[in-house]
Amino acid sequence: MVITGARKGIGGYLVDYYVKKGFRVVGCSRNANDYKSDLYRHFCLHVSDEPKVKAMFRDIRREYGGLDILINNAGIASMNSFLLTPLNQVRSVLDTNVVGTFLLCREAAKIMALKRYGRIINFTTAAVPLKLEGEASYVASKASVVSLTEVLARELADMGITVNAVGPTLVETDLIRSVPQTKIRELLKRQAIGRLSRLEDISNVIDFFIRPESEFVTGQVIFLGGV
Amino acid sequence: MAETERILQFIYKAIDEVNEQLPRKQRLKKSRDTVLYGESSKLDSLGLVMLIVATEQRIEDDFGLTLTLASEKALSMKNSPFKTVESLAEFILTLVKDTSNG
Repeated sequence: MVITGARKGIGGYLVDYYVKKGFRVVGCSRNANDYKSDLYRHFCLHVSDEPKVKAMFRDIRREYGGLDILINNAGIASMNSFLLTPLNQVRSVLDTNVVGTFLLCREAAKIMALKRYGRIINFTTAAVPLKLEGEASYVASKASVVSLTEVLARELADMGITVNAVGPTLVETDLIRSVPQTKIRELLKRQAIGRLSRLEDISNVIDFFIRPESEFVTGQVIFLGGV
Repeated sequence: MAETERILQFIYKAIDEVNEQLPRKQRLKKSRDTVLYGESSKLDSLGLVMLIVATEQRIEDDFGLTLTLASEKALSMKNSPFKTVESLAEFILTLVKDTSNG
């Protein structure tokens, strides 16, 4: 299993969760990870760095002989009034959230295709259906992830690879540290279930998508909280 | 010449891998003139993708070179490099030379 953005937040939680379940996990993030386990290996890279990403998948293929699951968790958010958003911030968000997801899907699917089995889980956000003001570049990037998921589901279906996405609402991670409390309260009111996403809510959806029995489930997006 | 022969061997190994996944009637012959792309090819689009991926992986593992075969260069060529095993080998050779020339 490969998990991107593996050092902290949701990714850090997922690494520990799946290692404890006995999965062999390969994680990647821009910085080193001090997580230690015989079942864990870490790569330092940016998810849009094509040569480094390709090298990581080459190592995975050589060392493990295949890959069953990819969890594309790496992502960056950006809160700003649309009119005041610097373009380099937009490019950075698209680079990580869209280009990174695209590249990881492509390289993982190349390995999965030869065994005609694979499970790819992408990360979108409830901010997409909520059309969240103040996060135009982030929401646009995550809407792209939804479309990418739906198209790849069709392109990779004959290779035995399913592609699905999970869309959490606000989660207690670094990404929302700068969101004002009043804004958080307003957002929670727009959900059917008015609380923050828990990390367990996310792993629960991923557990469902990656089950071998879920081979007939693809191109689906599950948003949490009843958005 | 020796280089082309070496690259052909990588493609033949990739053909072996892909043949394992194909029904008997669609299996490819390991020969220079085997058609990979076009009306007379036994491969469907999925089969061709699988062969390209398997060939990239063989070159990576046995030649130590990371190449992207379905590059803009490949897609913009007047005569598709994926037409036959031989044209694919020639195309890979040019990529290998480009890479070694920096």
